[in-house]
Amino acid sequence: MKMFSTFKTLFFAGLVFATTGSILPGCNGGGSATPGNSDSTANAGDDKTLLGAGSTFVYPLFSKQFSEYNKSTGLKINYQSIGSGGGILQLTNKTVDFGDSDAPLTEEQAKKMGVPVLHIPMCSGAVVISYNLPELKDTLKLTPSVIADIFLGKITKWDDAKIAAVNSGVKLPSTDIVIAHRSDGSGTTNIFTDYLSKISDEWKAKVGKGTAVNWPQGVGGKGNEGVAGLVKQTPGGIGYIELAYAIQNNMSFAKIQNKSGNFITPSIASTSAAGAVQLPADSKIFLGNTDAADGYPISGFTWALIYQEQNYNNRQQDRAQNLAKLLWWNIHDGQKFCADLHYAPLSPAAVIVAENILKSATFNGKPLL
Amino acid sequence: MKLSATKTEISRSSSLLREISSLPRMMNVLKALKIERSNRQIQLEKFFKTSLVLIALGILILVVCFFLTLVVQSMPSIKALGFGFLFGKTWDPVSNVYGTYPFLLGTLLTSFLALIISVPFSFAIAIFLGEYYPRGWFSEFLKNSIELIAAVPSVIYGFWGLFVLVPLVRSLEIKMGVTPYGIGIFTSALILAIMIVPYAASLGREMIRMVPSSLKEAAYSLGATRFEVITAVILPYAKSGLMAGVLLSLGRALGETMAVTMVIGNTSLIPKSIFAPGNTMASVIANEFTEAASSLYLSSLIELGLVLFLVTVVINLIGKRIIKRFTTE
Repeated sequence: MKMFSTFKTLFFAGLVFATTGSILPGCNGGGSATPGNSDSTANAGDDKTLLGAGSTFVYPLFSKQFSEYNKSTGLKINYQSIGSGGGILQLTNKTVDFGDSDAPLTEEQAKKMGVPVLHIPMCSGAVVISYNLPELKDTLKLTPSVIADIFLGKITKWDDAKIAAVNSGVKLPSTDIVIAHRSDGSGTTNIFTDYLSKISDEWKAKVGKGTAVNWPQGVGGKGNEGVAGLVKQTPGGIGYIELAYAIQNNMSFAKIQNKSGNFITPSIASTSAAGAVQLPADSKIFLGNTDAADGYPISGFTWALIYQEQNYNNRQQDRAQNLAKLLWWNIHDGQKFCADLHYAPLSPAAVIVAENILKSATFNGKPLL
Repeated sequence: MKLSATKTEISRSSSLLREISSLPRMMNVLKALKIERSNRQIQLEKFFKTSLVLIALGILILVVCFFLTLVVQSMPSIKALGFGFLFGKTWDPVSNVYGTYPFLLGTLLTSFLALIISVPFSFAIAIFLGEYYPRGWFSEFLKNSIELIAAVPSVIYGFWGLFVLVPLVRSLEIKMGVTPYGIGIFTSALILAIMIVPYAASLGREMIRMVPSSLKEAAYSLGATRFEVITAVILPYAKSGLMAGVLLSLGRALGETMAVTMVIGNTSLIPKSIFAPGNTMASVIANEFTEAASSLYLSSLIELGLVLFLVTVVINLIGKRIIKRFTTE
């Protein structure tokens, strides 16, 4: 009997804990994605495993590339797709060998790092404008000013004269335009708002660019799938999603007029073409509104980030060497995996820029490659 | 079978006989054993008590640590934004202006709306299962099904909401003549209402079953109908338990993240009506934490967590006060 009552007490104790847990669920709201999580594994890992963290955008490509690289060299690469911001933080804390970000480091981030960080372009990706107009047979054409006006909330109906002027001969419905944007911070948003800031001074002044912005209009969906779901479900919906996701899910997307006045259908080829411009030596450039005549105007690089001086935290030279070799392979042989996964490979000019950046990586002041 | 059973019984009784014959010696051994055993019992008793205290303290310390971590990490944003954080109406990561008012409003609106929708259902279930059908397979089945509602992962509610509930709400909105987003405060409140029903229902059912039958029988013997017994005897007796269940539901609704994020529309504009899209604090944190690049942004998100923590605590304290007043009356 005594034993029984002990169990009973234990049971109630358990019940109390369970209750406390469910009353305070707010505490673990975002806990699963702690970017600041700094349990240092970089030094604990053996020399056969490199650690990386960052962009979710590039994750499908990296996992394919790294598994192929592992097959040929036996080197394991553990890449956590926790988001660009998280990757930068992990690199700042020196818990990973490399980070990956869809945007170059901001001044604040670079200052926190303290030492020079190399940006090595890995591939580029395009952001398409997808829409839901079941009546429409042709592909919608959009000009920069129309896009800006739609996302600023100035054009609210699909049969607005400004849209009709670009799409002559197309019958547009009079439905409301429902804008869908990303609710989570994202490199895709960064590329898209960078483009909007470049083509519209009003957007630049009112909203600006970033991984998350204060949207003047519209509803937010989490991830590409969230935005795609909103666009698909809402008649008259419009939103921006990654090219790869749009192709895989048979979404309709608009042709967009670039700087040279050509209407460009987003594709891997036109995205690669967008990157074939004069790159600065450090490759830190936003490709939005590209000068290339046949380039699709809404695209951007994703960069692997490494410290220029690789001797820190008592790292072995082998480890640094492996990292440099891996990234070298990524920008050469690894590029052939891009197209299948709907990423745009680097243009030959971009590869040369990337090579030069990678060659500037050092160990104890001596070049690694 | 039977034969072997009797055999063992015989052998056991014979061994017992043998033991009785050596009784005096046995008594000494038994005495020693007893002392030892009571010593062990005391030790166990002490051990059990200290471990209980330690475990309970552990949880308390953990909660205090949560709070301290949140405060420390949100210091930069508290310093930079002050009270403007609580009442600011814009959330603009680009220009580093953070105001939590739209999200605070969204959190409270969805949670209380959900509570209003769910309470009639959970009380009805509690009364039905506690009073009308307390036993039997059907009652068990119903009870288990309702508890299953609490066990379904919230992302599944989100999906169901997005693909089933949203189109329904959208067609309702078209009929009502408001902008047919489909997603928004109202849809989130509906999803939340379904999710929180089992908490109040289960606790309420237990409380209603615990009402002494002597009280009910007394009321019946005075000529009360079943309805009168429920309203005049059972509900007043069980009301503290029912309120506690409601409070538990509210706590769950305040912190729910995934399902709400999927159907609320995630906009930082202040909702103009309950059909407009909005956002909640938990959902903003979940959405924006991964890519929060600047330190003030990150700190503001943590401060948002702190505000959510405090809101939950305050609402719980108020609820406890209400329950106390109800029960002492």
